Amino acid sequence: MRYAETGFNLEIDLSRGNIERVATDPRLAELYLGGLGTNAKILWDRVPPDTDPFSPDNLLIFGTGLLCGTPAIGANRTIVSTFSPQTGLMAYSMMGGFWAPELKFAGYDKVIIRGKSPKLVYLWINNDKVEIRDASHLKGKGAQETADLIRHELKESKAQVASIGLAGENKVYFASIEQGRSSASRLGIGAVMGDKGLKAIVVRGTKEVNTARPVEFFEHCSEVLKYIKWRDDHPIKGVPPILSGLGSPQEMAIYDEEWHTTNFTWGNARHRRRDFWTKEVEEKWKKTQQNARVRLLSCYNCPMECGALISAPGVPKYMMKCYSKLTYTMAAMSDLDFGFKIVQRATEYGVDAFTTPQVMAFALELYEAGILTDKDLPGMPADNEGRFYWLLDRIVRREGIGDILANGVYHAARQIGKGAEEYDHNTIKKHEQLPLKLGMLNPIYFLMYSTGEKINITQIEGQFPQAPFATREEREEFVKDWFQVPDDRFKQYFLDWDPRGEHSIPYYPTIEATCEIVDWQEKMHYIDDALGLCAGLSSFPLKPPYHIHNLPGIISSATGIDFDEAKLSQAARRNRTLLRAINVRRGLDRKDDSPPKDHWRNRFPELETKLLDEYYKFKGWNNRGIPTKESLQELGLGYVKEDFLRRGILTENEAAPPGETPAETEKK
Amino acid sequence: MAGEKKKKIVKVIKIDTDKCNGCRACEVACAIFHSKPQYSGNNPAKSRIAVLRDPIKDIFVPVYAGEYTASECTGRNKYVIDGREFDECDWCKASCPSRSLFKEPDSGLPLKCDMCESDPPLEEPMCVQWCLSDALTYEEREVEVDEKEEEKKKPGEMELGLESLVDKYGMEKLLDAIARMSRGD
Ligand code: SF4
Ligand code: SF4
Repeated sequence: MRYAETGFNLEIDLSRGNIERVATDPRLAELYLGGLGTNAKILWDRVPPDTDPFSPDNLLIFGTGLLCGTPAIGANRTIVSTFSPQTGLMAYSMMGGFWAPELKFAGYDKVIIRGKSPKLVYLWINNDKVEIRDASHLKGKGAQETADLIRHELKESKAQVASIGLAGENKVYFASIEQGRSSASRLGIGAVMGDKGLKAIVVRGTKEVNTARPVEFFEHCSEVLKYIKWRDDHPIKGVPPILSGLGSPQEMAIYDEEWHTTNFTWGNARHRRRDFWTKEVEEKWKKTQQNARVRLLSCYNCPMECGALISAPGVPKYMMKCYSKLTYTMAAMSDLDFGFKIVQRATEYGVDAFTTPQVMAFALELYEAGILTDKDLPGMPADNEGRFYWLLDRIVRREGIGDILANGVYHAARQIGKGAEEYDHNTIKKHEQLPLKLGMLNPIYFLMYSTGEKINITQIEGQFPQAPFATREEREEFVKDWFQVPDDRFKQYFLDWDPRGEHSIPYYPTIEATCEIVDWQEKMHYIDDALGLCAGLSSFPLKPPYHIHNLPGIISSATGIDFDEAKLSQAARRNRTLLRAINVRRGLDRKDDSPPKDHWRNRFPELETKLLDEYYKFKGWNNRGIPTKESLQELGLGYVKEDFLRRGILTENEAAPPGETPAETEKK
Repeated sequence: MAGEKKKKIVKVIKIDTDKCNGCRACEVACAIFHSKPQYSGNNPAKSRIAVLRDPIKDIFVPVYAGEYTASECTGRNKYVIDGREFDECDWCKASCPSRSLFKEPDSGLPLKCDMCESDPPLEEPMCVQWCLSDALTYEEREVEVDEKEEEKKKPGEMELGLESLVDKYGMEKLLDAIARMSRGD
């Protein structure tokens, strides 16, 4: 008997209309856990590196995490993996909500989509009954609207629906997959779904998910719940309110937005408004939010309530997740009530709330600079809010200028030309980043921004405070009950970290400590993404209920496969290395490992080179950021090594040419 | 009927639908507590509490499985509360032929909330323990009851199941089947 997983994947070939239920190899869980890990393995094995993201040979994988469907609190992530039309690299975007557990209850760990349907269809998975159904009547419908229509026509109020809106159908490079209060938004996976002619995947399941050592596993769950309650009563002191608790940032609950509005940048990631947050703004925004928010909403089996049902004046009700509240507001230099309104339309269209507002702000900057003119933007309204709606409508329809903007800032800048490239200043690996511009280089964040394979800072940071605390006393207070650290030396790194002076950024934490801190933060994300745990209860917040010390016991009692800290860390490292390998095979190089070019005003090319050199070494990669033969062998990734040797990515007598950091290149 | 009066503890779960965030942790807790061996399997379809959710309409109603009934109601009334339209069925606890709710998914046998009765007893039913939003809270109230009434035994899970099988196949067929099974043919 298989525990925690069901042991079956669904293989769907949309070109041939073929459906197959395929048993999986039980040894994979021990090596790759599940979720992101096993998704990556499938992509490595089955999608050749020269495959175009819009080729029928590209796979679109909806993977559940290993613990989804078990009683583990917050184990509800669906990890969607494919190749991104925007970056050309592996994309894995995750969504919470209710879809992944439902798929497990239907009896499957993954749905693997290949091929392309000649006409728009949706997939209906009802336990053992799986059918591909016509979706031509859903063409152009909103993502949420689609979900409602499907539930209604199937008479299945309990079915969970993951769907795309118009943006996905039109292959907008930042189209999302929406699912109730959640979405998998980053890197354009909605476009791949649209390219495959797949409007939605609908799931209903009424089977059981079993655990191997139930009582032991249940005790772990009870402990986690108990600690969540305790943390709720003990918010972290010395950090902004938004970072003091558990969960995805509590944007729906919290009114105090001083930190985001005065530290993050507005417009096209340009303007810092240090004086923005006044008493009047606070009062006004609080009222707006209270009026708009109908109810706080949680994902499956989680108490954190990170989303909300929103009813903004004049628009239908919809569900919002954390930070989209501010992204449109700030990009449009507007107000919170605008934010609540436009997100309704954006959610129905199904677009990424990080990228979309930035693309639109970028377009408006080009307009101000005269690079785009009235000829390019015929009939665009005069006010910022109106312009945002106008641009959004055109982007998702790929109409006029919208057709270019729909490719994201990086590609659009190059298509537009005339110096537009200069306005692309906030992307990494062709992907838009959080709008944040700071002064002094932070070595920890330098490595995370540069090397994160998710190309998104929130998906690699966490656990370790983002900035040093002002006084030693505060730090001592903080480390007292910080049992989540893998080793006590991490407490010391934090204790010794000063806001100013010798022990401050960029030279402290030391290079060695920086590597360890980054590696720890990243490792916890890789574990979550394989287990299907929400980062909001695990890798993202300070002092989370899940950590490297309790996770091995949780996984062991769930699966019956024994894990200790070393073995779990090794599995995370294996997955992480495999992802790097997949991207290396698609051309990823050291030169791509860099932060947004003006993220920090003060850069330190020499230090940055050393940081990358040492971090690569720490990771078992060579100077070009390619996993070495030795480390591949040690991780049981001999098949990757063989492939690299065959392709000449690695050679038998490896003497890597010296690396070069982007900062250095820029200087030249 | 002037029977003897006797003190009895009534267990009450208070459901505050305004506080429900739709997480379905209560369903998980119930399903694993009642699975055999205990905690071994999670299947919300076997839970004796179900959260009826229609998030966009702001409908979140945790309902407990109550009595089994052989026939469905004749009418279908609707309630409008604060502008939200509820089906009468949304509030109904019955394991009833009109819907799949509160039935074992495989056998179709009815499920009923037993307040997590167990030995040793739980401090609070499992669903209440797992609901951190306080949508479900537990109270014990002392009331006086008629002793005679109390003596009538509550039907157990097996009786409930049998009753539903009688309704489905008729007493005769069922007895036949049991006789055949006990003969081992
Ligand atoms: S912490 Fe928030 S985002 Fe994460 S599972 Fe819970 S409700 Fe969902
Ligand atoms: S556990 Fe509580 S908040 Fe969650 S669905 Fe059940 S009643 Fe609602």
